[in-house]
Amino acid sequence: MTPGKYEMVVGLEVHVQLKTRSKAFCGCSTDFGDAPNINTCPVCLALPGALPVLNEQAVTLAARAALSLGCTIHPVSVFARKNYFYPDLPKGYQITQFDRPLATGGHVAIDVGDGARRIGVTRVHIEEDAGKSIHDRFPRETAIDLNRAGVPLIEIVSEPDMRTSREAGAYLRTLRQILKYLGVSDVSMEEGSLRVDANVSARLHGDAELGTKTEMKNMNSFSGVERALEFEFARQCEVLDRGGKVVQQTLLWDAARGEARVSRTKEGSHDYRYFPEPDLGHLVLDADWLRRVKAEMPELPSDRKARFVSDFSLDAEDVDQLTADPSLGEYFEAVARATADGKSAANWVMGEVQALLNANNVTVDALVVRPADLAQLIHMVRDGLVSHAAAKRVFALMAETGKPAAQVAHEHGLLQVGDDVSLAGWIDEVLAEHPDEATRYLAGERKLQGVLVGFVMKKSAGKADPKRVNQLLVSRVGPG
Amino acid sequence: MKSEDFRALHAAAISARVAAGTLDPAEVVAASFARAKEVGAGREELNLVLWSDEKVAQADAVSVKKGMGPRGGGGSLAGVPMAVKDNIATLGLPTTCASRILAGYVSPFEATAITRLRMEGAIVVAKTNMDEFAMGSSTENSAYGPAHNPHDVRLVTGGSSGGSAAAVASGIVPIALGSETGGSVRQPAAFCGVVGVKPTYGRVSRYGLVAFASSLDHIGAFARNVDDAALVMETISGIDPRDSTSANIPVAKYREQFVSMATTPTPLDGITVGVAGEYFPEMLGTDMRRLCDRALDLLRSLGAKVVSVSMPHTSLAIPVYYIIAPAEASSNLARFDGVRYGMRRSGSASLREMFGDTRSDGFGPEVTRRILLGTYVLSAGYYDAYYRKAQSVRTLIADDFTRVFAGTCDVLFTPTTPTTAFPIGQITDPYEMYMSDIFTATANLAGVPAMSLPIGRSNGMPAGGQIIASHFCEDKMFRVAYALEAALGGEAHQ
Repeated sequence: MTPGKYEMVVGLEVHVQLKTRSKAFCGCSTDFGDAPNINTCPVCLALPGALPVLNEQAVTLAARAALSLGCTIHPVSVFARKNYFYPDLPKGYQITQFDRPLATGGHVAIDVGDGARRIGVTRVHIEEDAGKSIHDRFPRETAIDLNRAGVPLIEIVSEPDMRTSREAGAYLRTLRQILKYLGVSDVSMEEGSLRVDANVSARLHGDAELGTKTEMKNMNSFSGVERALEFEFARQCEVLDRGGKVVQQTLLWDAARGEARVSRTKEGSHDYRYFPEPDLGHLVLDADWLRRVKAEMPELPSDRKARFVSDFSLDAEDVDQLTADPSLGEYFEAVARATADGKSAANWVMGEVQALLNANNVTVDALVVRPADLAQLIHMVRDGLVSHAAAKRVFALMAETGKPAAQVAHEHGLLQVGDDVSLAGWIDEVLAEHPDEATRYLAGERKLQGVLVGFVMKKSAGKADPKRVNQLLVSRVGPG
Repeated sequence: MKSEDFRALHAAAISARVAAGTLDPAEVVAASFARAKEVGAGREELNLVLWSDEKVAQADAVSVKKGMGPRGGGGSLAGVPMAVKDNIATLGLPTTCASRILAGYVSPFEATAITRLRMEGAIVVAKTNMDEFAMGSSTENSAYGPAHNPHDVRLVTGGSSGGSAAAVASGIVPIALGSETGGSVRQPAAFCGVVGVKPTYGRVSRYGLVAFASSLDHIGAFARNVDDAALVMETISGIDPRDSTSANIPVAKYREQFVSMATTPTPLDGITVGVAGEYFPEMLGTDMRRLCDRALDLLRSLGAKVVSVSMPHTSLAIPVYYIIAPAEASSNLARFDGVRYGMRRSGSASLREMFGDTRSDGFGPEVTRRILLGTYVLSAGYYDAYYRKAQSVRTLIADDFTRVFAGTCDVLFTPTTPTTAFPIGQITDPYEMYMSDIFTATANLAGVPAMSLPIGRSNGMPAGGQIIASHFCEDKMFRVAYALEAALGGEAHQ
């Protein structure tokens, strides 16, 4: 096998569940994890005589997503029926958009370390989710749960612009971050609110024509997508090297085995008999509506990064970390604004805050220390009221108790001690307890000063003002 | 209440007496059931009524009397018994579309039109026989066998809403609901000698009407006279948030104009009636032509101006209809898969077999034919040649109407059907059967309102005249129909 001869070509179809309260065409709740078939009604059960009514919020969120990808939103788009039989598809058709989608022609900017590259977005359209078939619950029976049937989705179709699995991964991570910023979806692959199908083909480097593609399904993580692409690309290269032909087919990724197998349902052979959905009018979005959606657009990750760099004089790497999660970025900014000290705010958020979140495996939304509280703590450090070392302890206690910094520092005796009497007392004790170091230091061995300051800090449980301790120690030996 | 007394009462008269407290709804309901028995409306005789339950109806009568309805007992249809086509969802009685596949199915929700009628005090007494899923023009394609025309039991009622039309014609109910996709209210109304109305598309909510062809489906009404038909249409019309295709246009009080019309000899002054040659082809019988001419003479005498117009795309309506309607039907009927409700064949070896077995057993031959036809015309490679082409021809047919109504015409007058009711079992060629909707399918394709009213008899059987108006101009349609009905008087049924 000689993969070096070949180039991977990847296009991705991403389905994203929109975070609406009710379903796309009825008033049922979209809540995840309820008892089976609880969130259903005549419309999403496809009872005879029921009709769909479009959820405007779904259109708003879809338009927001499409705008963030630089797509053109079409003033008129058309819902269509995609017809096929499946037990978890109640109507026998899915309401989707076909030849006149909501939006077309956008891009996602990715950077895998060799400069920014644009991956084209062919289209974004609105559709409804199917229910779930559960095969492992009852022996020899299939159970159907229609809670998910009718939940709004957008499908984001990329151009075949990705050339490596890393690029595919970067595209997906960037896309997920954008959608998370927009608040349009939970974008969790594990929970199924983001699903990826990958079209992959191989061609000789330099070839203009695309090779025959296969479609990879069933990946349940971004790294799974990358591994699946590598696996399938290698397989195709081998086929081509042997002089064989790649067969267009659908493959299911088996993450546990690290391999793909051919899907039994032949997707390519389906004729979905699309036609315009006669139960819904054309989706007409006027300029005023679009202006409102644009006005309500949350800040995008790229804009926020640029703003953080310029507003807070941070370097790009720090900004990447601070903006990875939208709420973390908001937290940081609130702290930075309250302290007027972006550098300290960034250090705290990337340091203690992030460490605490990681340790508890939660997001910043779960943190009881409000930005104003953290800002107060940073002020106290700056003003010498608490030492750096004590501040970490104060922060941990704040996170535990939810109390403000000053109160915690006071209650736990963590306020910095700067009065010479107390400090001299601790210094005397340290010198007495460490006669050897004391003698050598007083004899002029200045490099021991740090060790002695450390002893004093330890004795004071971090409360001693280290700057003053240094000064007092120096005064003991006189100017050297 | 004596049978002839009950049959003499129109809906408006019943509700007036019930509201005045001089008539008990329970008496009316009892009279309706007695009349059904008298004419033999059941399966073994005329086969007009598929489902009815006197206990349920009498309980409703008690509610109406007690004023337990949201509008009290004084609604505009208080105590009026009505029949409902079996493809319109009702609580309390099955909704099976006269199909085996929905045997025993009772809807957990009710059609918007039914709810609106109930709000005014109407009482559902029967679900009526029909062509399975409304696919047919004779009510012969029912899983429960053909309905018989009360004027001559050897003849069809017309269809697909034949049971509702015949229930009104035989005096079981003064009003009934039907549905139309290509003439399924107007054609049986003509065959049974009653008034049948199809409103503008979007005028009456389709919520609760089991879909056949969504872009052509309408709920319509039957009554023994124009006034009652207008009353029902006033009640059920108007926007419904549950039907995205329902129109947000105010509903006129159709009946208000009738009062002033009675005082003038020329109530149609200023009205122009168009007559299109395409609706009077060579094959039209001389009797039918004579009855139409008489009606047109009367319209002139009522003050209307009658002008000739051209509707060049009329003959394309049936071919276009039989592409679009089956296409939509093939998709609409996909939900009957045996998974969630209705019939399911057991013992199938696989999922796909279960789908196939259930649907093969559950659907009758005409439904099967149309699903196959619709599946074919939507298939890749055929879509442009059939479905897309049909949609563009549909636009031409609609343009014919737009043009004449934008010009001088207020309404069009045509025969409702080429012939009167034909014998049960006579027409076996599907295409020949489809041709009986030749004058009615155009209005469904264009979405314009149209109605049929009795204009006399041919060989002893009722014949219908059709009045077609422009979109949302039901008031004009009713105006012309009301005046013509009055002018015809007893001649309408002779």
